Amino acid sequence: MNESARALAPSAPLARGPNDYKSDVKPVWCPGCGDFGVVNALAKAMAKMALDPKDVAVVSGIGCSSRIPAYMSSYGFHGVHGRALAAGTGLKIARPDLTVIVTGGDGDGYSIGGNHFLHACRRNVDMTYIVMDNRVYGMTKGQASPTTEPDWDSKLSPDGTGLREFQPLVVALASGANFIARGFTGDPNGLAALIEQAMHHPGFSFLEVLSPCVTFRPEQKEWKKMVRPDAFRTTAEVPRAARRLLRDTGFDLGVLFAGGRAPYAPRGPRALRTPADLEARFAL
Amino acid sequence: MSGLDRSTAHPKLPRTVAEFMAYAYAMEVEASERYAELAQQMSAHNNREVAELFAKLSRIEGKHRDQIAAQMGWTSPPAAAVFRWTTPEGPETTDYGELHYLMQPYHALKLAEHNEQQAVEFFERFAAARVPAAVQAAAREMAEDEREHVRLIREWLAKVPPPEPGWDEDMDPPAGAD
Repeated sequence: MNESARALAPSAPLARGPNDYKSDVKPVWCPGCGDFGVVNALAKAMAKMALDPKDVAVVSGIGCSSRIPAYMSSYGFHGVHGRALAAGTGLKIARPDLTVIVTGGDGDGYSIGGNHFLHACRRNVDMTYIVMDNRVYGMTKGQASPTTEPDWDSKLSPDGTGLREFQPLVVALASGANFIARGFTGDPNGLAALIEQAMHHPGFSFLEVLSPCVTFRPEQKEWKKMVRPDAFRTTAEVPRAARRLLRDTGFDLGVLFAGGRAPYAPRGPRALRTPADLEARFAL
Repeated sequence: MSGLDRSTAHPKLPRTVAEFMAYAYAMEVEASERYAELAQQMSAHNNREVAELFAKLSRIEGKHRDQIAAQMGWTSPPAAAVFRWTTPEGPETTDYGELHYLMQPYHALKLAEHNEQQAVEFFERFAAARVPAAVQAAAREMAEDEREHVRLIREWLAKVPPPEPGWDEDMDPPAGAD
């Protein structure tokens, strides 16, 4: 068989299929939006891991991509702008039995929620953060975001912002994220595998997903020709990962870093671990 | 290497006709589900004509799925059909990124033609692979079926007017910043 043949990788029968993880609410994203691929990949990953939807919570902030909780059949929380990680952190600390997945976009996560991003990496709470990066604020009609190229010319930023791009993977590594990867929505199966790895890895897992915005950044349709699948060789060493990032094209895909730092665990007496215990300490 | 090749991979070759047909079944399931999803997307943006066309394509792929099940005597989906492609998606699955909210039936049919052609190539490769003769024969038969689908789609396309220049111009564009 020649090399252009397609492949299948059989696996064990699944208790639930990917569609069982999608809700009845239909997405209102623009046709062609990359975020459809994330819903698809997330559902596939959850099916592969045989998660019970009632044991999963998808938390988000504000923006096009932050609509995802409504589209999943698990628990969800559509929070306030930039504060998805704060809500997700609180949830995971209060309910460590839940699988917490925090989702959002580049504006929500790197600008409005930038501070939370730094400290979520530093705290290393056991949850997965998926950022759908389209390098633009789509919901508010196309303003430049932290990851927008400095020379992206638009009505709102004539001749571009002139500002250098935020470097999410660099910041995540410097801030202590325990797992760092990059995926692409044009490869839902590859993305599903990355999401699964991120969810399996203990601690704070950060997954940057290149997710084209066909409405405000139609040129991003070319990303499928620019991505470099499996370009990262996974390392557990921070200096090695840092050196690798020096030659990152921004389109290199795969797992960059999988560290061994122990996830955050609340200190103090176990008696204070439940909301009821905490409530008992307040005068009501 | 740059770029996402939606066709390159090292396949696991089927050892039996049942295993091979499970692949074919999975391909039809995924194609049908994706067309249904695309119909919903177009419906959400009030492009009813294309929504109906995608819904029809979904039903057609669903019939192909059911034909395979009937041919194999399967009363429930085969366990082996629960897998994931090692390539981005199945050969008959439309890439999400190919859609435009103002697209016309012609565009949708061109996508369908592309998908059916990919399916032909998918089965032809199995027919030429080092697999048992019965699997090769089944692959040839499936490739022939898919060729027939390509022909039908092309007949359909011939009845649909190609889009006028500027078909994607929106008098009230979403990118309007004022």
